[in-house]
Amino acid sequence: MTTGEKYVTAAYLVLLGTLLVYLLIIALKVGRLEQELTDLARAAKEKQGG
Amino acid sequence: MSTSLRNRSAALAAAAAGLLVGGIALAFYYAPEDADQGFSQKIFYIHVPIALTAYACFGVGAWKALRLLWTRERRYDLESYTAIHMGVIFGLLTLVTGSIWAKVSWGHWWTWGERQLVLFLILFLFYSSYFMLRYSTDPGPRRERNSAVYALFGVVLIPVSFLAVRIAGTILHPTIFTHEGADLPGSMLLAVTVCLAGMLALVATLYRVELAGKRIDARLRELRELLT
Repeated sequence: MTTGEKYVTAAYLVLLGTLLVYLLIIALKVGRLEQELTDLARAAKEKQGG
Repeated sequence: MSTSLRNRSAALAAAAAGLLVGGIALAFYYAPEDADQGFSQKIFYIHVPIALTAYACFGVGAWKALRLLWTRERRYDLESYTAIHMGVIFGLLTLVTGSIWAKVSWGHWWTWGERQLVLFLILFLFYSSYFMLRYSTDPGPRRERNSAVYALFGVVLIPVSFLAVRIAGTILHPTIFTHEGADLPGSMLLAVTVCLAGMLALVATLYRVELAGKRIDARLRELRELLT
């Protein structure tokens, strides 16, 4: 692998890595929102029952 | 998210994937190797579209801020914030990919003598500071107005950053798009245009996903307040 090829690979990997990190953050956020929604649904049911 | 919105986001995501894969394939297999820089010039096909996308995001953020100040509709605050958020991510990517390209082409990661680099850094730092301003005040109309005014001020830096080097000239940083048109062969122009379209479709997808997440978050907060 030449020096030029190494730097080109690094630049493209930076883009790919950023997208993957972003995907991970979104996945974690969706998980948190799902948990919050579950908690709120439970709280609403309890309020309705009590 | 409604079904039509979800379908539109899915279509945008598919377009982004197709255009980016196509653009990168064109860059590596169709566009010729640059006579001067050799293989390292392939960074151009992501660096330039990323930079133009960052400008577009900051522009959209400022436009939404103007809409907020004009109409007082609160939804524009979240839209402006999300666009600037995307702009900062793409701005950081511009600086990183640019530094990698600079290292292989010029032999150093950064040079303070280049107006375009310094002006882009100022633009990036200006919009990075937006978050500090935003979170230094409590949520509400005052924060929305202050953030909008700040976002609007920053838009002045976009044409300055983009045009200064074309007016004042450059030492190292190449200027591809001049007032006489694109200064590169048709095959390279095609590849970079497809990459730019892909990058814009990608940022539009991320913007929609991020905005939907922030809206859901806000509605859940309202629900929680109602229930407690």
